[in-house]
Amino acid sequence: MRKRRERVKDHEQEVRVFRNRSLVAAALIVLMAGALVSRLFYLQVMEHDVFITRSDNNRMRVEPLPPRRGLIYDRNGQLLAENRPTYNLTIVRERVDDLDATLDRLVQILGLPEDEVETFRERSLQRQRPYQPALLMSDLTEDQIARLAVNRYLLSGVEVEAQLMRYYPDPIVMSHVLGYVGRINAEELSGLDPGNYAGTHFIGKTGVEYTYEDQLHGKAGLRKVETNARGRVLRELDREPPVPGKDLTLTIDSRLQHLAYDLLGGRRGAIVAIQPKTGDILAMVSAPGFDINKFVTGISYADYRALQDDIDLPLYNRAARGQYPPGSTVKPFEALAALQNRVVDANDIVYDPGYFQLPNDTRRYHNWLRWGHGRVDLRRAIEVSNNTYFYTMAYRLGIDRLSSFMHEFGFGEVNSLDVQGALPGLMPSREWKREKYNQPWFPGETLSAGIGQGYFMATPLQLAAATATLANHGHWVRPHLAERIGDQPVKPPFPDTKPDVQVDKTQWWNDVYEGMEEVMSGREGTARKAGAGLEYTMAGKTGTAQVFSLGQNQKYNASELAERLRDHALFIGFAPVDDPQIAVAVIVENAGGGVSGLGRELTDAWLLPKSELKDRPDATVPEEVESLDGD
Amino acid sequence: MAIDFQRSAPTHGARVGRKRSLWLRLHLDPWLLSILLLLIAFGLVVLYSASGMSAQTTMAQAIRMGIALIGAVVIAQFSPATLYRWTPLAYGLGLLMLIAVEIMGDIGMGAQRWLEIGPLRFQPSELMKIAMPMMLAAYLHRRPLPPSWRDLLVCGVIIAVPVLLIARQPDLGTSMLVTAAAVFVILLAGLSWRFILSLAVMAGAAMPLLWLNMHNYQRQRVLTFLNPESDPLGAGWNIIQSKTAIGSGGLEGKGWGLGTQSQLEFLPERHTDFIVAVLGEEFGLIGMATILVLYLLLVSRGLVMANQAQDTYGRLLAGSIVLTFFIYVFVNIGMVSGILPVVGVPLPLVSYGGTSGVTLMAGFGILMSIHTHRRLLKH
Repeated sequence: MRKRRERVKDHEQEVRVFRNRSLVAAALIVLMAGALVSRLFYLQVMEHDVFITRSDNNRMRVEPLPPRRGLIYDRNGQLLAENRPTYNLTIVRERVDDLDATLDRLVQILGLPEDEVETFRERSLQRQRPYQPALLMSDLTEDQIARLAVNRYLLSGVEVEAQLMRYYPDPIVMSHVLGYVGRINAEELSGLDPGNYAGTHFIGKTGVEYTYEDQLHGKAGLRKVETNARGRVLRELDREPPVPGKDLTLTIDSRLQHLAYDLLGGRRGAIVAIQPKTGDILAMVSAPGFDINKFVTGISYADYRALQDDIDLPLYNRAARGQYPPGSTVKPFEALAALQNRVVDANDIVYDPGYFQLPNDTRRYHNWLRWGHGRVDLRRAIEVSNNTYFYTMAYRLGIDRLSSFMHEFGFGEVNSLDVQGALPGLMPSREWKREKYNQPWFPGETLSAGIGQGYFMATPLQLAAATATLANHGHWVRPHLAERIGDQPVKPPFPDTKPDVQVDKTQWWNDVYEGMEEVMSGREGTARKAGAGLEYTMAGKTGTAQVFSLGQNQKYNASELAERLRDHALFIGFAPVDDPQIAVAVIVENAGGGVSGLGRELTDAWLLPKSELKDRPDATVPEEVESLDGD
Repeated sequence: MAIDFQRSAPTHGARVGRKRSLWLRLHLDPWLLSILLLLIAFGLVVLYSASGMSAQTTMAQAIRMGIALIGAVVIAQFSPATLYRWTPLAYGLGLLMLIAVEIMGDIGMGAQRWLEIGPLRFQPSELMKIAMPMMLAAYLHRRPLPPSWRDLLVCGVIIAVPVLLIARQPDLGTSMLVTAAAVFVILLAGLSWRFILSLAVMAGAAMPLLWLNMHNYQRQRVLTFLNPESDPLGAGWNIIQSKTAIGSGGLEGKGWGLGTQSQLEFLPERHTDFIVAVLGEEFGLIGMATILVLYLLLVSRGLVMANQAQDTYGRLLAGSIVLTFFIYVFVNIGMVSGILPVVGVPLPLVSYGGTSGVTLMAGFGILMSIHTHRRLLKH
């Protein structure tokens, strides 16, 4: 017999136990099935709304339709900024079978150096969600597009996408007028209407591209599309077309602009030409310019550093932001101030012994001609740019009256309508000095201001605007770059225009004009060589500005140093005198002198019917040596 | 040692003497077969939509299910006695192949699961799904029940060796299913409730240990299950999309082939592991209830057949096969609807793919064999 432990099989009991257990299992199964059903009931009935919304959000996507950016033309309809399709190479990693092989093949097909594979690999990893294309390369050439098309069957997941990109046909000469567009950065993004800019990648950064961003950009449209999980659009459900940006016509005459740029002849400087009656800026050149197209595609760090470190500062808009001592070019305005304030009469004679002395002061303020011009009236004082006469006027006016009258011509203020980044220059005053230096105003400083030196600073744009106002008998029109936005002409009167400069006698304008005419055509005129053979009447004024110091971070060799310490040469002028069509301001840095001819060339080009701006050969700077100008 | 005797008194005396029906002679069960065919048909309808209206995929699946069905019919012709004799062989062969996989298995996705013999790729863990309950049932068949401590120890060894080998592949899903199949045998054999309870407590205590031994991707799955929103584009994507598919289906569904989640490819694995989400989206709660009812009918019929089995081996094996089948259903629907973590368990008879379908069908073949050879048992 077996031990008691050795039980025998009891089939009856086994069947009972099994049945028992089966029933428990069945109960559990019912319970579990119930759990599933209640889960499904929760998902499909109770939370149905949530999930149906989620599923619609999944499949439906609202895609922004970016508007076409408005084109920019010059006043003659010449295209200055356009949109060109460029082609970008993108990759969707989920659709690529073998990433390494594909990238190797791509580099080979595109004819790129082999180390580009690594760059491509890095770029292919940059994206936010699955199935989102990553940008491998932008701005493909036609040849590359063709080669990709031929090899397309080898490159699953690789796409060539078209995108409109800004293109400037005349990038260097127009650089400071147009400015440029670039990729929207985070800071700009926070200030934009996200809906309107959802599909836009570029925004105006400087120049008119910046000023007229709102008009050029247009209004984004949208379309509702159904997509699959890979983001591929299957069909369009709804569409609201975008409103394209408005085309912008500038007041710039690109032929005059080119002439001005050429006249500068590779030197650093700026030229601004304004139509006095309309305020149209006909030319606004800052030289050297730079290639604005590079900024659209995203300038390389090396290129950007090169531009930044260039001692000629090509990125710097000298026309609107270059603040120079205006020198003797302020004398016509000062003459008018003296007349209006009745501290002098046009025919009054001031005797110039070669210097001016303040009462009770032994210090002599010298005329530029050491032995003096002798008897000088207002017209001759302008013609020969006599310092003693204007020291006397400044002394008689005092800084308060001088400063306030100069402000009427816009010195120390920004008066342009739409020139991006324009600076106000500096018209010093007693209050200004108290605030800035906590010092009283010294009489000697009035004398410096009287010949456009000392603290006095003005931009070429301000000088041109003041000259245009002078030519207009004091009538102010804000200088502007836009002539037409879409169909809408940009016409004076403009808001916030300064009140016209009022003088008590109209004759006083003519007194100043006559002096300025003598500058061009008088026997002693400082620009008489430039004015030789004028076929119309022209008023002008030369000037020089002393270079006191050099920029801190600039390095020069000895010969460059000498060159860069030379005075800046200035010229302002307008013509014809009785019916002014053009007012110009010219500054050439470190030229020493002799830039009046540039002004003459511009007025000639603008006024003479025979001149053909378009086909003009590169103008050479006249090698005239003028008589030394003031200071 | 074990004393085993056959009770000659048949359980269903009513049938004695009556001429055996055609179905019995064919060794087939009409109820089971009808439900199976219904399920397969429904599955094919869903698969056609889930595969993006691919007639090719659907046809391939239909042929595969047809072959599996034929396999089941063939297996049903063998008597349980034959199966009983082959049991140690099947178990031994499975064990050997698992060891072979361990040594020289394919390395794919960090997991070694396949064994290649000539042109055939075979997953030994699939064989184990059947061989394991067979082996345990065969062992307990010869032991008095409920199992003694010694029997349990032997069972533990029988279970542990292959399960650990499968878990090492690593294939947590399959090793858990194999364990489940084994545990069901023991539970049905009459393991005391006290023992079951203490085992459950121990299992709970072992959870942290399990966590420590998990692979990173397995841990990730658990974490994602607990909070799918934490990684909505990565690991949580699947479960969020499948819940969205099911939930957006509502009561009546979006219509056959009209599920946007499924057709626009938001739903991953839509024709394999996540096929039930397609069903839920396109046929709604009604469709889900229908398939659940079919599964429950199948399980009920299976349990009835198991209870009618005449010996311990057949009873335990049949019961385990049926319960394991339901676990498949529960785990799959549970994971797709977001109440269980995502483990790679297909929806039986519906998901596209071969191996598991063949195994399941073999199980049903065994079930029919046990049921239709009742009076032919000899020992």
